[in-house]
Amino acid sequence: MAVTLTNPVGGSAGAVADARPVLLQATGVCKAFDLPDGNGAFTVLQDIHLAIREGEIVALLGKSGSGKSTLLRILAGLIPPSSGLVVSCGKPVLGPNPDVAMVFQSFALLPWLTVQENVELGLKARGVPREERRQRALQAIDRVGLDGFESAYPKELSGGMKQRVGLARAFVMQPPLLFMDEPFSGLDVLTAENLRSEVADLWAAGNFPARSVLLVTHNIDDAVLLADHVIILGANPGHVRGEVHIDLPRPRERTMPGYEQIKDAIYLAMTNPEADVQQLIAGIDRRAETRFAPLPHARVGGVSGLLELVDERGGAQDIAELAGELNLDTDDLLQFLDAARLLGFAEIQSGAVTLTPVGRAFVEADILESKELFRRQALERVPLLRFIVNTLKSSKRGAMDAEFFLDVLDEHFPADEARRQLETAVEWGRYAELFEYDADKSRLRLPDESLAGAPA
Amino acid sequence: MALRTFPTREALKRLPFGLADVAILLGVIALIYLVAAVGAGALVAFEPPEQLPTISLDPANLPYYLARSTLRMFVAMGFSLAFTFVVGYAAASNRYAEQIIIPTLDVLQSVPVLGFLSVTITGFIALFRGSLLGLEAASVFAIFTSQVWNMTFSFYHSLRNVPGDMQEAAAVYRLSRWARFTQVQAPAGVIGLVWNMVMSFGGGWFFVAASEAISVLNQEYTLPGIGAYVTQAIAQEDMRALLLAMAAMAALVVVIDQVLWRPLIAWADRFKIEQNEATQAPRSWMLELLRRSRVLQAVREALAEAGEKLSARSRRARLARRQTWPRRSLLSVRRVDALFNIVLLLIVLAISGLAIWFIHTEVGFEEMLEVVLLGAATFVRVAIIVVVSTLIWTPLGVVIGMNPRVARIAQPITQFLVSFPANFLFPFITIGLIHFGVSLDIGGILLMALGAQWYILFNVIAGAQSIPNDLREMAANMRVSGWERWRSLIWPAVFPAWVTGAITASGGAWNASIVAEIVSWGNTTLTATGLGAYIAEATGAGDWPRIVLGVGMMCVYVVGLNRLLWRRLYALAETRYRL
Repeated sequence: MAVTLTNPVGGSAGAVADARPVLLQATGVCKAFDLPDGNGAFTVLQDIHLAIREGEIVALLGKSGSGKSTLLRILAGLIPPSSGLVVSCGKPVLGPNPDVAMVFQSFALLPWLTVQENVELGLKARGVPREERRQRALQAIDRVGLDGFESAYPKELSGGMKQRVGLARAFVMQPPLLFMDEPFSGLDVLTAENLRSEVADLWAAGNFPARSVLLVTHNIDDAVLLADHVIILGANPGHVRGEVHIDLPRPRERTMPGYEQIKDAIYLAMTNPEADVQQLIAGIDRRAETRFAPLPHARVGGVSGLLELVDERGGAQDIAELAGELNLDTDDLLQFLDAARLLGFAEIQSGAVTLTPVGRAFVEADILESKELFRRQALERVPLLRFIVNTLKSSKRGAMDAEFFLDVLDEHFPADEARRQLETAVEWGRYAELFEYDADKSRLRLPDESLAGAPA
Repeated sequence: MALRTFPTREALKRLPFGLADVAILLGVIALIYLVAAVGAGALVAFEPPEQLPTISLDPANLPYYLARSTLRMFVAMGFSLAFTFVVGYAAASNRYAEQIIIPTLDVLQSVPVLGFLSVTITGFIALFRGSLLGLEAASVFAIFTSQVWNMTFSFYHSLRNVPGDMQEAAAVYRLSRWARFTQVQAPAGVIGLVWNMVMSFGGGWFFVAASEAISVLNQEYTLPGIGAYVTQAIAQEDMRALLLAMAAMAALVVVIDQVLWRPLIAWADRFKIEQNEATQAPRSWMLELLRRSRVLQAVREALAEAGEKLSARSRRARLARRQTWPRRSLLSVRRVDALFNIVLLLIVLAISGLAIWFIHTEVGFEEMLEVVLLGAATFVRVAIIVVVSTLIWTPLGVVIGMNPRVARIAQPITQFLVSFPANFLFPFITIGLIHFGVSLDIGGILLMALGAQWYILFNVIAGAQSIPNDLREMAANMRVSGWERWRSLIWPAVFPAWVTGAITASGGAWNASIVAEIVSWGNTTLTATGLGAYIAEATGAGDWPRIVLGVGMMCVYVVGLNRLLWRRLYALAETRYRL
């Protein structure tokens, strides 16, 4: 799923027409720098066409030397193009683009100003009165989670916090366009991950302070996790090689079905400068690597009964013996065993089943505790359940038609199997109290307390 | 529970005035009175040779003389600051201005200021005929020319090196030119500027002392001030007055350091560009006092409010137009460049022609050769000073710098030594030289070294302090010690600092030669063979062609040395040994 290809030239010819208005458009942008002593010019960018539409995140992805930062600066009006035209919100860009707020790789905070003064910088230049400036800055600082650090100086902050100030400084402008130049590259891996997912959450929540985002990055994960469109740039001179449309649902996870394929395809494109990006993207076998491993059709009650039996027998049991004793078909038994193994309650080795410590805890716990255990294991180990919960969380009212999930599953399974998969998932999810199922309306809904924000 | 009858600490805090406010208010009133009272002395009549200011050696007059000299220093510093902002900004923001200003400043900072004193004094006296203000202005100008160049350079370099991302942020967030200057560019230059002000101010005392009493064109000019006081004491062989003047000068240096420079340095610390917490930020009791003052806070608040209103109007006008890139086509830029270079070349050719014509008609080539040799004699003295000071002070400076506890004590002391005008010490050495019958040809080296050597010590200490701890630990871990440690770690690490110190020391020594190659005690005068003595004698005799020749030759020596030696060492330090 999730991958379609559009024409590299900003969807202007041949591609499906997008009705959303274009905020920023570059046409035939070239950039060349004069070589010293009049030895001609060095071309950095050649004939770039691209468009950023309202409400989307566009990522410029390229290796060093692809001129992606130069392109960003041309679009931001910081440097003039040698030829070509940039139009922002209907007006040609002939100087610093007033529709853009920017976040820098190196944060670019003024070390002699406090956090609040840094955030107020652009508002002050715009002539916003003092009190209003203060209010808006405090709000933005609060929004990026730096409440209480208003009067700190940048040098007192960690890298991640500095970039939060950079974000607040951009957010407070409420710009039509937010430009982010390698915003997570200056941070350590965990901090970058954390900040990226917060930006993604803000975007998914629907009240992002900018209408569209342009992200420049060399990190494929950044692009696939955040962007609606990824524009892949080639080097020497920089040019647009192709554009990948990503419609993975938000908020995105690395474990989502389709994620790895997109990432692999982009990776392949990046490491093969000669390859045709369109073919690579088109060539992805969308079902080959499905991430929704089929759920075994086992009811929770059956699974826990089986585990109890094994526990009584000292925690380990030969499978053939077990089948005989329960008078069960081996095939049916295997469904239960598969489920127990998927949830991490049991291990199966050389024809015998053994309880894991978690499995033993599950069997010996009281009902509430065992539900808690089950919920934890299910969220951690069952991608389909996680997907359902995350989708519900990102939906407006925490509820979703079952039909939607059926559609998603239809892409992975034959129609009958898709229905059975959903039934099993709903059965497990209800037991774990991950969500509720309204059979009348055929809707899935988050239980009330997790709407209040319990961590998944 | 006992009832409190006295106000709590919190209640006291709520009072509109604190002790800090009272102290600051009194200080401000006293300062205004002092400036007015002392400044009035500069406006008295002056009709040489009938009406001349006289100097009394009565110790009671000493504070007044000190105040007069100090006022001169601050007036010169004010002009230096204004010059720095205007010229430094112009050089950093306009390509053509840069191409003229930077080489000019480079030459001007190498020129012996004292050699020009004769020219400027005559000029200023003519400008303010009949008032002592002319002499005042000449003295202030001499101090100004000794202070200003390094300040301007430092500011220009800071402006040019504002991190690119900050400049981009300023453009993206559409800061006006003024906002860019006040919020991005000037703050980036504050630390360098403050340190150069401190150094310049210290160096300035030397020129106060030298410019207040000078004989130009067969005429003794005396300007009330600490320098004239010392000169008078030397003429009358009054040891007591001399010692008093020195003690007063030392006290003044310490007080100004505590009341002005320490707080400024501590305040400037917030303008550091490195974004990590400093291990030890400089502190100042004076700054704490100022920060505690509520009156000052209210004043600052009011100023911010006023500035807000003032800029709101211009901002609206500015935002109405869209900022655009400078319109320029490549062809015309090349043409303007070519034209510019031709004009520069013509100017240089004209000056060279003028110089040759001047030598040919006014002094003759034989005398020029003689002056070249005199220059060589002074050059040898300068070289000896730099080499010997390096041999003595580099190891000591390193030991001090690498030991934080010693450095904390030694740093203010060396700073004091750099600031204290060395020419105040000249009489003591002179007496010794006369007593032991040593020729000034050799003794002059000692005199010139008196002020110059400290620059090397001061800079080497700073260099040694900045050797990264991990490199020192690495050296210890690898068991690198003794000579090898010096060769591979310490010398390369302090080399850039040493170059800076040695350049300053050498420049200082050249300048000092003009006052150090002729010295007197009472009626005894010692003279050394050298360019400094040549200039001093020509100045005293009012022999214009020889003044010009001597000063010109010294410029050639200093600038030549800068180009051939110091600049290369500096480039080496920048590329190879930068930490």
